[in-house]
Amino acid sequence: MIKVGLIGAGKMGISHLTILGAHPDVEVVGVCETSKLVLSALEKYSSFSCYTDYQLMLEEEKPDAVFVATPTKFHFDLVKELLARNIHVFVEKPFCLSSEQGLELASLASKKNVVNQVGYHNKFIGTFKEVKKLVENGAIGEINHFLGEAYGPVVTKKKEGTWRSNPTEGGGCLMDYASHVIDLINDILSPVTACKGSILKSVYSKKVEDAVYAILELSNKTTGVLSVNWSDETYRKMSTSITINGNKGKIISDANELKVYFKENQCPTGYSKGWNVKYVTDLTEPVNFYLRGEEYSAQVDYFIKAVKGTVPNNVNNFQSAWLTDRAISIIRNQN
Amino acid sequence: MDRILYGDNQFFAVNHISDAKSMAQSIKFKTDEAIINTIDAARASGLNTFMCTTHDRIANICDIIRANPGKYENFKIYPCMPYAHKYANAVTELGIQGTIKQYVPGNFFGTLFKGGMAFVSKDFLKIMELLIDAEMKMFKGINTPVIFLQNVITDLLLGLGMVEVLKGFYDYIKNKYDAEPGFITMNMPRLLTMLETAGITNPIICFSMNKLNFRMSGGKGLYEETLKIRKFRAIAMQVLGGGAIPPKEALEYVCKFPNIEAILFGASSKANIENTVATIHHFDSQKVSF
Repeated sequence: MIKVGLIGAGKMGISHLTILGAHPDVEVVGVCETSKLVLSALEKYSSFSCYTDYQLMLEEEKPDAVFVATPTKFHFDLVKELLARNIHVFVEKPFCLSSEQGLELASLASKKNVVNQVGYHNKFIGTFKEVKKLVENGAIGEINHFLGEAYGPVVTKKKEGTWRSNPTEGGGCLMDYASHVIDLINDILSPVTACKGSILKSVYSKKVEDAVYAILELSNKTTGVLSVNWSDETYRKMSTSITINGNKGKIISDANELKVYFKENQCPTGYSKGWNVKYVTDLTEPVNFYLRGEEYSAQVDYFIKAVKGTVPNNVNNFQSAWLTDRAISIIRNQN
Repeated sequence: MDRILYGDNQFFAVNHISDAKSMAQSIKFKTDEAIINTIDAARASGLNTFMCTTHDRIANICDIIRANPGKYENFKIYPCMPYAHKYANAVTELGIQGTIKQYVPGNFFGTLFKGGMAFVSKDFLKIMELLIDAEMKMFKGINTPVIFLQNVITDLLLGLGMVEVLKGFYDYIKNKYDAEPGFITMNMPRLLTMLETAGITNPIICFSMNKLNFRMSGGKGLYEETLKIRKFRAIAMQVLGGGAIPPKEALEYVCKFPNIEAILFGASSKANIENTVATIHHFDSQKVSF
């Protein structure tokens, strides 16, 4: 059994806790949270040991691994301390408030040789995994353009918000929402290295942007467009998609449906010339416990496997999350 | 319980395999009239139970049903609560405490905070009861013989091990609404075990059941075995695997399990509703002849 602790039982923390609670190889040894409301509910109805002081939890429970799901501004200090104690770390996205902090943690984690992972769950979605495979195998040839998009109904009217609407705490559409799309582009194509122009637009929020539009260049000189808006109420929930144009074909994928067009007969097994449509139902591996999308369970399971040493720590590690933090700061600084 | 239950995903742009279809549905069912006409088409096919989330727009459908008591005399609704995205989007924006503040009716929450945290911690079930009442308001005067807890909440409580809260839902639905409580889940065998530990026997459980092994945590084999040997009232949903399995093949698979009491499906056209109903009846009649 892997002994796991959780710091931060908000929306994502409770989601992780639920999945961890049902995981056959995990013993949840402690939960640390500052909201008395949440903590007293956990104390009363669950069997988890609850703490308000994370250091006390670390001392008393001695976890092998800790999930950090606090607001972003606390990530750096918490993760640094966990690494110093040689504890494996899963931390929510976005990774850090600045690219410098992310780089420091990434190098510290590799020095300490502990498992490190960040919660960019899209990489565990069947359709996007297939897109990555197609691109890496050169199935659509040389890439000449990409379009990464995400839309959803997070902020749809003027209102006072939480830390998510505070730019100094990791709030705003760029860090909170666009980071998912940037991370996918980094992973499937190549890391973002330059921004040729960007618009960070407030629609309803006073302090932060609600939409991000940018022209990006990747390390392999591929260029494309990022278009993200979290104030679009025509979407029921977050909808992320990526379109990639190559000289042998084109890919359009969201989390549910993958459409691939091939110009010629020469294409991978399972595909043919013209349009091909595959659904996430065909591309998703079953999970042991389902809460809200296979990808949330799959990323937790992957982390636990990495701690057990049965899979390499090469998906969503600190290094890749730092590249996403770096892209965020490139886009912000260009603006 | 009717053999076939008509679901509502198509009305609210819930589509598990295509965002484009989801938008097309959103356009098609822009008006309440479009929804009620499709419900009427389902009724014409012999479907008398509508299983729906507590989405804001269902309140309008309930108004229409109440205004035409003769027409909808035998019509039943199985409410499924809560409409999770309403709360999920609110939690992202307002935090957990802010969301409870927004949705718990009256100034109960304010009173709790004045009373201090010790008071609050004793009253979580009371908060849940108030939320249930708020969700049930729209169904006043409508026959709701089964009331469901949505899968994201059921499975959340399951993973957190909060068996008392599941039992709290069960008891409150029975006592206050004189209805059968039901649970929607993506983890059927595990949930059944937990409900049994709470002393709940023969519960109504609605779960994914399809040829593809889609959203059947623990695997198809375990689901089939559980249906065979354990006692509960089974409702199969996602039988078409989100539309990825050809309907005939999909329905033949679920119809062969004698312990599946009801099949839940949603369809947005009259032709699809009629076809699905006819196909289920066809396989059911074959089963009897064995």
